[in-house]
Amino acid sequence: MNQKAHIGFVLNGEAAEVAFAPHKTLLEVLREDLALTGTKHGCELGECGTCTVLVDGRSILSCLRLGLDVEGREVTTVEGMAEDGKLHPLQDTFSDLGAAQCGYCSPGFLLAAKELIEKSPKPSRDEIKEALSGNLCRCTGYIKIYEAVELAAARLRGETMELPRESLYGFE
Amino acid sequence: MAKNGNNGKPLKVVGKPFRKVDARAKCTGQTKFADDIVLPRMIACKILRTHEPHALIKTIDLSKALALPGVFAIITGRDLPIPYGILPVSQDEHALCIDKVRFIGDPVAAVAAVDEDVAFDAMNLIEVEYERLQTITSIEEGLMIDEPRIHEYGDSGNVHKKVSLEFGDVDEGFAEADLIREDTFFYEGNTHLPMEQHAAVAYFDPDQKLTLWSSTQTPHYVHRALTKVLEIPASHIRVIATPNGGGFGGKSDPFNHEVIVSKLSMITGRPVKCTLTREEVFYCHRGRHPVLMHVKTGVKKDGAITAMHFKSFLDGGAYGSYGVASTFYTGALQTVTYEVPRYKFQGARVFTNKPPCGPKRGHGTPQPRYALEVHLDKIAEQLNLDPAEMRRQHLVQPNSVTANYLRIGSMGLGLCIDKVVAGSNWKKRFSWPVSEPRADRGPRAGSPRGVVDATGSNGIIGSHDPVATAPGTDTRKLPYGKGIGIACSSYICGAGLPIYWNNMPQSGVQLRLDRQGGVCVMCGSTDIGQGSDSILAYIVAEILGIDPFDIRVVTADTDLTPVDLGSYSSRVTLMTGNAAIQAAERARELLTIAVAEKLNVPIENISFAERRAFDVENPEVGVSFAEAVVLAESKFGTIGTVGSYSPPRSPGKYKGAGVGPSPAYSYSAAVAEVDVDPLTGIVMVERVWIAHDVGKSINPVLVMGQVEGSVYMGLGEILMEEMTYRANRNVVHKFPSMLEYKSPTTMEMCDVKTYLIEDPDPNGPFGAKEVGQGPLLPVPPAVANAVYNAIGVRIDEVPITPEKVLKALREKERGRDPRYGPDSIPTTDWPEPLRVLTPAEGGDGKEMPRVAVHS
Repeated sequence: MNQKAHIGFVLNGEAAEVAFAPHKTLLEVLREDLALTGTKHGCELGECGTCTVLVDGRSILSCLRLGLDVEGREVTTVEGMAEDGKLHPLQDTFSDLGAAQCGYCSPGFLLAAKELIEKSPKPSRDEIKEALSGNLCRCTGYIKIYEAVELAAARLRGETMELPRESLYGFE
Repeated sequence: MAKNGNNGKPLKVVGKPFRKVDARAKCTGQTKFADDIVLPRMIACKILRTHEPHALIKTIDLSKALALPGVFAIITGRDLPIPYGILPVSQDEHALCIDKVRFIGDPVAAVAAVDEDVAFDAMNLIEVEYERLQTITSIEEGLMIDEPRIHEYGDSGNVHKKVSLEFGDVDEGFAEADLIREDTFFYEGNTHLPMEQHAAVAYFDPDQKLTLWSSTQTPHYVHRALTKVLEIPASHIRVIATPNGGGFGGKSDPFNHEVIVSKLSMITGRPVKCTLTREEVFYCHRGRHPVLMHVKTGVKKDGAITAMHFKSFLDGGAYGSYGVASTFYTGALQTVTYEVPRYKFQGARVFTNKPPCGPKRGHGTPQPRYALEVHLDKIAEQLNLDPAEMRRQHLVQPNSVTANYLRIGSMGLGLCIDKVVAGSNWKKRFSWPVSEPRADRGPRAGSPRGVVDATGSNGIIGSHDPVATAPGTDTRKLPYGKGIGIACSSYICGAGLPIYWNNMPQSGVQLRLDRQGGVCVMCGSTDIGQGSDSILAYIVAEILGIDPFDIRVVTADTDLTPVDLGSYSSRVTLMTGNAAIQAAERARELLTIAVAEKLNVPIENISFAERRAFDVENPEVGVSFAEAVVLAESKFGTIGTVGSYSPPRSPGKYKGAGVGPSPAYSYSAAVAEVDVDPLTGIVMVERVWIAHDVGKSINPVLVMGQVEGSVYMGLGEILMEEMTYRANRNVVHKFPSMLEYKSPTTMEMCDVKTYLIEDPDPNGPFGAKEVGQGPLLPVPPAVANAVYNAIGVRIDEVPITPEKVLKALREKERGRDPRYGPDSIPTTDWPEPLRVLTPAEGGDGKEMPRVAVHS
């Protein structure tokens, strides 16, 4: 009984192997068998977006995907966003702008946003809303998240962008 | 004079948009939430929750479950016979039900097993036999049906609590009124829906000491509950609140799963974890009470209030929770925005066989605030006054005491109104849907239906204004379907009294400075995402002249940190902030003495900034902060200081005066702009302008985040969120999932224009007041008033769903009352009101003797 499945895949840019009970979701494999608890769960039914990770660069809900499904694929979790000890611009701007309040939904938002700005380097506010519409956040009202995505996208384009004063201090 | 530990020096940290001290950990997946904790040999717990809404437990058969391989222990109510509860007056919960279950979701047995799958299978093998009891499903039934009683305590039958308070002679106030209006409202219950489900890990170690890690907003109260229920000394229990993945009030009670994992760890000697499923979180609830309300207000022609009588009926669900406090809160804060010279409040909370209600953001005040602000809007229309201007004219005075003895300090509501009125271009865009006042609308022009001339008539007053249906006189400034509405509010900055009676501080901070220049702040406060850890760092950094990121913050650990009562009632910035100021000032004093001696300059010359202590008259003469600590440690020994905070005593001394007093009150005003589709009834909120008087922003970007998040949550409440149950006797939740319990996504969230008003309060740290809860309050009524402005129908029931809009529009078309909402309130016997003379009447804050006061 309890025969484990064994898969190989690329996890956050590194070759990885893992053995797990074959009924486990990718979410469970990441959290329980690989100790990558940065990926969170909010419902485990595909309703909240909290468990979003990237598989081959596309955002997916890890609670609805079997671990077995990622054999041979590239998986990116929040732990893999920083490179060479340097935070991803999204991680920087989410931190600086208060886009992460409780921070529980943040890993999912960060990865959904990463997918967006890689596909669309200069996303409009509406594109951002659309791309993040599958992720729920109960703290921020989303606004600081939009601003953080816009600022990070600008930095990735190599542009300097001044945040409007109203974002930090409110309107006069 | 605001407490400004900086002696008037320009602020270097306070007021600046610093990053939160834990932001990067949260954005890299490093923050350890409760369910992220994994301990060696840890086992899993699942809780069997009943499917019966109200039943006696006849038998529980554990034999099949115990026989399952991998099961370590199963416990039932007999193993945890001592009751607990958040309030001393309602210790009515058991970690596992003993004889009786009271709502679907009440826990009956708990399994510890090698993993969650085995625990789940074992849970399903437990056999429970019940004897069903009649269910109590509504406010009306709770008032009417005395037997069976859900609890064996409470004021009577299934009435948990009834309160009746009268401040000043309300009848006299109504007699002075030019217009008396009465309205009835209903605010449906809703829930916090934090993204993180509740989770807890307990470990009872070989030294017989218990450690509990839990996603709780109130580790101190959990600590007290565990001591009581487990019968082990508090000194042997350590409660660590893990960073909360959202709280909003939903993690403020001691919860059964926290007690259960502790007990299971004591039995098995293994670490035990329990993480609730999302469905379980819906049933644990403790969210917003459904409240039915009736408000009667007398006003002069200019809108000045002469008297108000507010009645509220709360559906409390199956347990007490914070409910007694919630009941009082539905009546406490009506007086702190506009002058209410005479005020009467009657409130009743009933038990029903539903998940227990408790505190959600705004605790007991969003419901009456919605009712009051829509009611005032109707009054303004009847008086043909601009609703913004009417409110602006009758604000409470700063530094005053209200009729119910709440002491107001700073009061920036006037400025808040001005900002949102200007920002929204209110004067150019607002008009009543029927803008020409009809002859019969004036309060003195006879007594048309819905309007009573209080000087002449003693008739029954309608609950609505039918003249608004008048067709053909529409001279609106915005096109039909578009509307704007305004509402205002206020909220406490911490409760004046602690939950359990004591004379100790509500918040304590300990500061440790080491000879390398390290500073560690320790405080029992709990960061639930609002940034309370960061606030401690900012304030200490400001006073010691160092960088907030130099500071290590240790919080919410009952072994390591002095008590702070927890993250509720918007108390944390004000109370921990003041405690932190005191601790930091004491440390600075020690450093100052040592540095002054070393530099041979007067003590008053020493200043701290840029990680240095120096002579203000000769700034290049100084030492580094680390050297200052070395000097102080050499002189005084190890440097550690403490600070604590107790709120000022309230002038109210009557029974019930414990709810409402606060060191300070925040103020908010909001204008909402809506677009209503009369064909579908769908309401889209386009934009909210909101101004919030925060006293002083310790960090403006965090304040902005709280305001925007509050607008979001208020928007969810007014448009879609509801905890509702199937109409049959089973009282099953209709939407216990995130898909069906609708909450705003990015696609529904409106644009927000935020104005931060800083009217510093002398009781706040650097003048700061709360922002976590207050800005939610004006949003639901502002939207409701805007919907009326858009389509001329009143939705007197929250949430405003498309169905309700269409029903009201249909009424309007048929020439009937253009409104959706409750028509009446239940009749019930109220206790004789406790009468209190107001300050204006020369009262002393105490109740009057009962004898022969009032028949």
